[in-house]
Amino acid sequence: MWNLVDKSIVVFRKDFQLEFRTRYALNAIAMFALTTLAVISFSIGPIQLDTNILAPLLWVILFFSAMSGLSHIFVREEEQQTADTLRLVLPPNAIWLGKWLFNVILLFGLEIIIVPVYFAMMNTQVENLSIFFPSLILGSLGLASVSTIIAAIISIASSRGALFAVLAFPIALPILFSAINSTRLSMEGAPFMDSWSDLQVLLSFTIIIITTSLLVFEFVWKR
Amino acid sequence: MNLKNDWWKILLGLFLTGVIVAAFLYAPRAKALGETTRILFFHVPCAWVATLAFLISATYSILYLRKNEVRYDAWAYSSAHIGLIFTILATVSGAIWAKEIWNAYWNWDPRQTSIFILLLIYAAYFALRSAVEDEQSRARLAAVYSIIAFVTVPFLMFIVPRIYESLHPDPLINAQGKIKMDVKMRQVFFASLFGFTVMFLWMLRLKVQILLMERKLESQIVTER
Repeated sequence: MWNLVDKSIVVFRKDFQLEFRTRYALNAIAMFALTTLAVISFSIGPIQLDTNILAPLLWVILFFSAMSGLSHIFVREEEQQTADTLRLVLPPNAIWLGKWLFNVILLFGLEIIIVPVYFAMMNTQVENLSIFFPSLILGSLGLASVSTIIAAIISIASSRGALFAVLAFPIALPILFSAINSTRLSMEGAPFMDSWSDLQVLLSFTIIIITTSLLVFEFVWKR
Repeated sequence: MNLKNDWWKILLGLFLTGVIVAAFLYAPRAKALGETTRILFFHVPCAWVATLAFLISATYSILYLRKNEVRYDAWAYSSAHIGLIFTILATVSGAIWAKEIWNAYWNWDPRQTSIFILLLIYAAYFALRSAVEDEQSRARLAAVYSIIAFVTVPFLMFIVPRIYESLHPDPLINAQGKIKMDVKMRQVFFASLFGFTVMFLWMLRLKVQILLMERKLESQIVTER
């Protein structure tokens, strides 16, 4: 067990250092998110939107930003032809966990930048932070989990970019539904218990996706 | 056609003809729905077959990953293929019915949402298959995707109805677990369900046979060269 955690941390550190040399993924994903946000903000203009639209917009931005950058983690191994070495050195589950951790950190990093800008640009605020933060964190964990396993699947396929969003969308829908709903509640200032069922869905879905991924990743990864 | 082995195919043809006739002439109309009741005997079996095909596809995907035999992939692929056809049939027939009753082809009713998601998953499955060159990787990746998608579907079944309220009539899946149908309607309905299921299994078997033959032929051509 701890052996697995140790090895996945090795994978994470390797990817983290590689990322910091180029900062490719973070730059790409952050610029994508900012561009999307700017497009939305420009096209809306001075109109004040209500929470029924603001909450979905935030998650649409986050979803497509994740789709733009999170596949890089596995695609890079194929493009730089380092995948085979990785296969020899470490067990598949440690690799998946390490890459998952990297994607989670990357998505959190993006949110630290993009969420404050979103609220500033949209001229709105969160009424109940005790709903907002859990739904943002759990939603990102779920999105990162789905992205990581789908990224592993598409890294071998051709026409990856388009395929990534197409494959991930039906799988990520439960996350989007629940996260949008609880984010809306947090903007309306609803009491915490109102969002309880949404948070439960987010948590259980994330756990199930991680478990399934660990079960099937071996088959994606081996040649 | 050999009568000794193929008698059930002729019987199925006659049986389904009987079901179609009975659906229009024998079964009564439901009060609120009028003549549109009759879509029940064709639309619901289509949706049922689509779900069944999805289930079979996921089961064979698991089998493929365990046993690594090509024929399991052929079953999973064929089932998804026929399932897609029935999903489209159920979606379109449902939309036509919705236009008649709800006065709109599409309004994101939970049933429409869930069948649409099923469509999306199937479409993604085939997009993935067409994007992978190597036959073994293609089978393996498709199997993995099918399993992950299969895990997602129960969540949507529970989440979607909480967000959108359904107007869909529910003779089969409802809170009381009872079938709200007249005896005559029930007879025709279950007969149709049975007929559609047998027809689907027949189609599936044909499709698998064709696929395996194609693969055999291809490998022969390759070895002859």
